[in-house]
Amino acid sequence: MNFKNEVWVFIEQRGGKPADVSFELLCKGNKLAETMGGVLKAIVIGSDTDEIAKQTFIYGADEAIVFDHPSLKNFRTVPYARILQNLVKEHIPRIVLFGASIIGRDLAPRVASNTKSGLTADCTDLQISDVKYLNQNHSNLLLQIRPAFGGNIIATIITPDVPTQMATVREGVMELSPLEKPKEEKITKLEYKSDPVDDLVQIIKQHREENKVNLKAAPVIVAGGYGLGTRDNFRLVEELAHTIGAEIAGSRAAVDAGFVTPDRQVGQTGVTVRPKLYIAIGISGAIQHRAGMQDSSKIIAINSDPEAPIFDVAHYGIVGDAMQVIPQFIEVYKHKLK
Amino acid sequence: MYNSIVLVKQVPDTANISGKVMKDDGTVNRSKLPAIFNYEDKVSLELALQVKERYGGKVIAVTMGPPRASDILRECLYMGADEVYLVSDRKFAGADTLATSYVLSEAIKQIGSYHFVFAGRQAIDGDTAQVGPQTAEKLNIPQITYTEELIDLKDNKIKIKRKIDGGYEIVESQLPVLLTVLKDVVTPRPFSAKRVTAYKGAKSLIELEKLTEENSLLYIDKLVHEYKERGLFINTLTTDDMNIDIERCGLKGSPTKVYKVESVVLASNGHKKIEATKAGLGDLVDQLMNDHIFG
Repeated sequence: MNFKNEVWVFIEQRGGKPADVSFELLCKGNKLAETMGGVLKAIVIGSDTDEIAKQTFIYGADEAIVFDHPSLKNFRTVPYARILQNLVKEHIPRIVLFGASIIGRDLAPRVASNTKSGLTADCTDLQISDVKYLNQNHSNLLLQIRPAFGGNIIATIITPDVPTQMATVREGVMELSPLEKPKEEKITKLEYKSDPVDDLVQIIKQHREENKVNLKAAPVIVAGGYGLGTRDNFRLVEELAHTIGAEIAGSRAAVDAGFVTPDRQVGQTGVTVRPKLYIAIGISGAIQHRAGMQDSSKIIAINSDPEAPIFDVAHYGIVGDAMQVIPQFIEVYKHKLK
Repeated sequence: MYNSIVLVKQVPDTANISGKVMKDDGTVNRSKLPAIFNYEDKVSLELALQVKERYGGKVIAVTMGPPRASDILRECLYMGADEVYLVSDRKFAGADTLATSYVLSEAIKQIGSYHFVFAGRQAIDGDTAQVGPQTAEKLNIPQITYTEELIDLKDNKIKIKRKIDGGYEIVESQLPVLLTVLKDVVTPRPFSAKRVTAYKGAKSLIELEKLTEENSLLYIDKLVHEYKERGLFINTLTTDDMNIDIERCGLKGSPTKVYKVESVVLASNGHKKIEATKAGLGDLVDQLMNDHIFG
């Protein structure tokens, strides 16, 4: 099969503000398109989207396709999905990327189902490669890489037999790297044609809070895991974070146990961070967690189990009981930096 | 009266993977994993049961899976489901979310009319959260994902609070609609002792066929009839019972393929060991100050 090597990124906006993850995906999409000798298109759906459409060229878009209409101001599944699936069927892009946000995870499966495309959730890496699969050669396939099965394996998923390959990626996984010289603006405005099914679901009210937690921007992060045992013990992690001026984070197990809120979860299904210093306490270091923190400049691991895999990605390892190590750490720190 | 169909899944307990589960080649030996009821699906069943108790109607639980998935259907009966369906066929094996949602949507069409389809947000073995929305698309009905609360239900319209990035929204949807449910929405009720006694003998067609293989005095048709009479038959749907295109099922109908699986072997980067003493920690803090991370 011969394909137009188009890479599309769905540009998500929330209350008129573009989502970081969409621009991160444009940066990755730009590289994927270059490898294939193709083009990158940003698909912008919303109301008053001129500013957002213009920004896409800073991150590598060759063209922005825009559907702008007052009734598209807030995301609703059915009209957004209808727009995208019709566009996919008409132009048959090779790759479509979505943020693995609440909006992306609601929209992408619906579009993939309608267009019978393959869809892989929560990829931690995307690559273009020629692939031999079942004795057939496929050129320029998208390798969709993600941890699977409780993190015991890393799976590479391919979509060899259908025209369009789709994937979702969490915020922070791909790096945001604006181009030094933005691409030339090319904005194509297309008309939104409404349909009665678009209004089966109506939004009555929306409430959004400014995100108070910004792990991605924190230079120092102290993260606790299930190994801390209790919510009370977790307070020591918080105390250390306050002492050294760090943000507090947790592993998925710590979030599930209620030690820390979900917006502070680091890992494949949480946030990916790259701080100057990451201190992991009582975190065994499952691959899903490591996927979200292993690019930190310096990593300190504190764990009572010397065999814990977290030590394999750490620069400094402390084997010991967190209940004793943390107070000592705090004392030494206060003494040195007073 | 509102009828609900609840999609449930039996999943490997990925949170409790031991050494025995990993094969030498780094792949997972699924048969060694304990199989459990995906918790978020149990939450969605509870929500459906609460709708039934408040407004009347029927709750039907459906699972696609191997024969042993009957285990979780019995658990649905223990909790209060009125009817259960096992959708099972060798041809369904190896399905990705697209093929799974195709078979489930065809099963739902077969089962009959409904006001709600409930599903957990996602299953712990894949964490994809795709089967719910893909099933809604194939049924041509709207979906409300990330449900946090059912606020109101009247005149064939439901009002729901759902999570959005950075907050929540309140939406109103016409019925029928598919809802995916977050795990903290309600707490699944414990099994009713009375219902356990009543339904522990419930069996699927496949389980009854096994009985006839072991005992030549039993006839399958008679057995099915008898179990149906006693309300103990787990309805079983195979490719023969549904209007289904085999090409869209199982491995064949799955556009995504697993190309490569690598077990996670970590090469240690040789980290520096720090003694958990004042001197050791003091050196560490000094180094971090030298690197301009502290201070």
